[in-house]
Amino acid sequence: MHGETSSPATTYPPGWRKPAWWPAVSRWQALAALISSVTVLPLLVIALSFADVNADIWAHLSEFVLPRLLANTALLLLGVGVGVLLLGVPLGWLVAVHEFPGRRVFNWALMLPLAMPAYVMAFTQIGLLDFSGVLQSWLREVWGSSAWFPPIRSRGGVVLVMSLALYPYVYLLARDAFASQGRRALEAAQSLGLSPWQGFWRVALPMARPWLIGGVSLALMEALADFGTVSIFSFDAFTTAIYKAWFAMFSLSSASQLSSLLVLLVFALIWLEQRLRGGRAYHAGRLAQPQSRLPLHGWPAALACGFASLVLLLAFVLPFGQLLVWVARVWEADLDARYIDFVWHSLALAIMAAGLVTLCALALSYAQRRDPSPTARLWVRLATLGYAVPGTVLAVGLFIPVAALDNLLIAWLGAALPEGTTAIFKGTLAVMLLAYLARFAAVGFSSVDAAMQRITRSQEETARSLGVAGFALLRRVHVPMLRGGLLTAVLMVCVDVMKEMPITLMTRPFGWDTLAVRIFEMTSEGEWERAALPAVALVLVGLLPVLLLARASSHTGAHR
Amino acid sequence: MTSSPLLQLDAISQRYARHSVVEQLSLSLQRGEIGCLLGSSGCGKTTVLRCIAGFEPLSGGRILIDGQLLADARLHTPAHKRQIGMVFQDYGLFPHLTVAGNVGFGLDALARDARAAQVARMLALVGLDGLAQRYPHELSGGQQQRVALARALAPQPRLLLLDEPFSNLDVSLRERLGQEVRDILKAAQATAILVTHDQHEAFAMADKVGVMEQGRIMQWDSPYNLYHQPANRMVADFIGQGVLLPGEVCADACIRIELGEACSLRPHGFAAGSRVEVLLRPDDVAHDDASPLRARVAARAFRGAEFLYTLALPSGQTVLSLAPSHHDHAIGEEIGVRLDAEHLVAFAI
Repeated sequence: MHGETSSPATTYPPGWRKPAWWPAVSRWQALAALISSVTVLPLLVIALSFADVNADIWAHLSEFVLPRLLANTALLLLGVGVGVLLLGVPLGWLVAVHEFPGRRVFNWALMLPLAMPAYVMAFTQIGLLDFSGVLQSWLREVWGSSAWFPPIRSRGGVVLVMSLALYPYVYLLARDAFASQGRRALEAAQSLGLSPWQGFWRVALPMARPWLIGGVSLALMEALADFGTVSIFSFDAFTTAIYKAWFAMFSLSSASQLSSLLVLLVFALIWLEQRLRGGRAYHAGRLAQPQSRLPLHGWPAALACGFASLVLLLAFVLPFGQLLVWVARVWEADLDARYIDFVWHSLALAIMAAGLVTLCALALSYAQRRDPSPTARLWVRLATLGYAVPGTVLAVGLFIPVAALDNLLIAWLGAALPEGTTAIFKGTLAVMLLAYLARFAAVGFSSVDAAMQRITRSQEETARSLGVAGFALLRRVHVPMLRGGLLTAVLMVCVDVMKEMPITLMTRPFGWDTLAVRIFEMTSEGEWERAALPAVALVLVGLLPVLLLARASSHTGAHR
Repeated sequence: MTSSPLLQLDAISQRYARHSVVEQLSLSLQRGEIGCLLGSSGCGKTTVLRCIAGFEPLSGGRILIDGQLLADARLHTPAHKRQIGMVFQDYGLFPHLTVAGNVGFGLDALARDARAAQVARMLALVGLDGLAQRYPHELSGGQQQRVALARALAPQPRLLLLDEPFSNLDVSLRERLGQEVRDILKAAQATAILVTHDQHEAFAMADKVGVMEQGRIMQWDSPYNLYHQPANRMVADFIGQGVLLPGEVCADACIRIELGEACSLRPHGFAAGSRVEVLLRPDDVAHDDASPLRARVAARAFRGAEFLYTLALPSGQTVLSLAPSHHDHAIGEEIGVRLDAEHLVAFAI
């Protein structure tokens, strides 16, 4: 009798006459399609890029660049994949199932590296661990030599820094997986004669596998999308190669061809994740009662505490401390009117983008609500695909059609335009905001839609039976009930936009330098100290969503 | 009683992808009456309600209210323009609004003072004065139910619809609240339709009950008539307890069955000598130690004030009998029974 909830609008029998309200349905699909075009169009442009191949440049790329890019990317994925697992899984296991000194603090503190963009981590680690850095200087003072110290500016260094920056994804998901379902199954395993160690390998780890795969794939997606870290390390990756093809070789077609290879890698990763997970999310019986943890004493406790401390030290405390030391040295010189401009530009962009993204997320979520057909759902899926597409790719994919549109308009309007007009939309804030929308629509959508799910059908229908419909319904029922979700979306997108480097770098209007752009400029000249002040600002802003996350996970009760 | 009904459903149908949910269903309700659609889940009763409310389009037929056409296969007046209130199974209260905010939700058109006065009046009506500033999550289930009722009644809808209004409450609360809600609706002079699968609820609340199966109404009648004059076997089977006993027509108003001659005041319309089946309710078979007709106790259910006995007649036919609980007989015992029926319900075989 309630089959109507899912009744797609298209399955009405033939001969069914269209009632007066019918056009509303296609209107919602059109809206979702319009929003998703911002993501779909760049991907289409990228996919069609091989139609026009510049033979000279491509020969150069395929002979000298591509083999290295592929080898580097393989190494990066493998290294970071192993790295985040080695850090994230044991930490999640320790914090979720055991009791040891400091566990309560580690529970949330181990998320802190999420606040630090990987590129900030990169240059502070170089500052810390390089030949002239604090650590090696100290080693030389004590032992007279630090020649045995492995060089940080190496492939190993990139993998180390990215693993330290990205392990929280695995940690968070592993912790939740172990906490929500490990306990009872582990007790069953123990009653069947397995030691806790055997229980971990034979029960907890296999059960947590879907979550672990999810966490690793998030981390690897970030690693593939990363631009700042690899460019600081001068490590040739697809993102930096795309940037160079465009801004050094001025070959947009090569840039888009490289982009299409990168997108292929990303989609292969997503496909692999789906396959490995096999749609198998083991359903957790939510534990109502706070679970008892396995207390550790003596050496095991010291080891657990020591391991967690070491990771926290390396991944957050030391880099942040190094930033503060630098800031103390340079703030008098750097805290000038230009710095205020960077902050202002970052904030203004973030707020505009967050407003746009949140509005579109609301529209998508509401459209899916009004029209629950598979077609509408497909458009929403497409609109939120951009989270997986690296910023460099989106920047290239959006620039090409916008430039084409500009040329078309200039040719068409011709004389009506002022003399020497070469750009209309190219290089405007509007294009930049569209790129952010494509990249972060999923971030906004997930917060808004989670809140939308909590509004029941009967609440909407009650309002309608009381004479409230259309826009008034949205204003009086949805917006107030979605307030929390909308605010979360705004905050999350704001922070992501402020940290975003490649889109900002590649699409910004002339002179729109943000904190991230400043960091890129200073670090590309090796001036770590002068990148410190904007970096601290980004880390402080980045702490906000981490606090939100920590609070949300303490609300669920499982991790208190 | 006024001659023209307030609500009239005229052969309405509702189909999904070739699957018919409601089929040629008609009923009418007078102003101030409480109607009820009774049926097991999946019989289409909630869909009828949603069609009246305007949440589902009609595939055929007409819905009229006060003689005005609300919907047919072509016309679909949107829900918010129908002035028909609805109380949902899960109440659908707005968590971001207080009780007063919820009750006043549909009163936009009123000025501030008038709205406050109407909210106060409604809260007094449902007995929730003093809770106006509470939020829904601070109320008990029964209180939430009454807020939903007050909210639906506040704009003085032409018709009120209640979808399984008590299914979320525990059984002890259900009966009390059912009576209360009926009193509230009568005090507000509201016309209402309620949907339920619970026969006791339907009988306690409604003036008219429609027994539904597979998208059709089997009988639309008063609870008393449904019980005592079921129109067909399905209704007889669904409403109350009873068994069908074969019999032979012996007079205009009498039918002979194993227990004797069952007669009613009105003629039953069957030809003399034809074979029929007679519906016997448990209260139609009286326990009488003096009666020469004996039956063996096959099963018994103790209900406090009474026993419900399943009795095997000499032929092997079983009947049900309600006896005061001081008539305590063991299984296997032979007891005397006597026919004591005032209504005669018979169906052709």
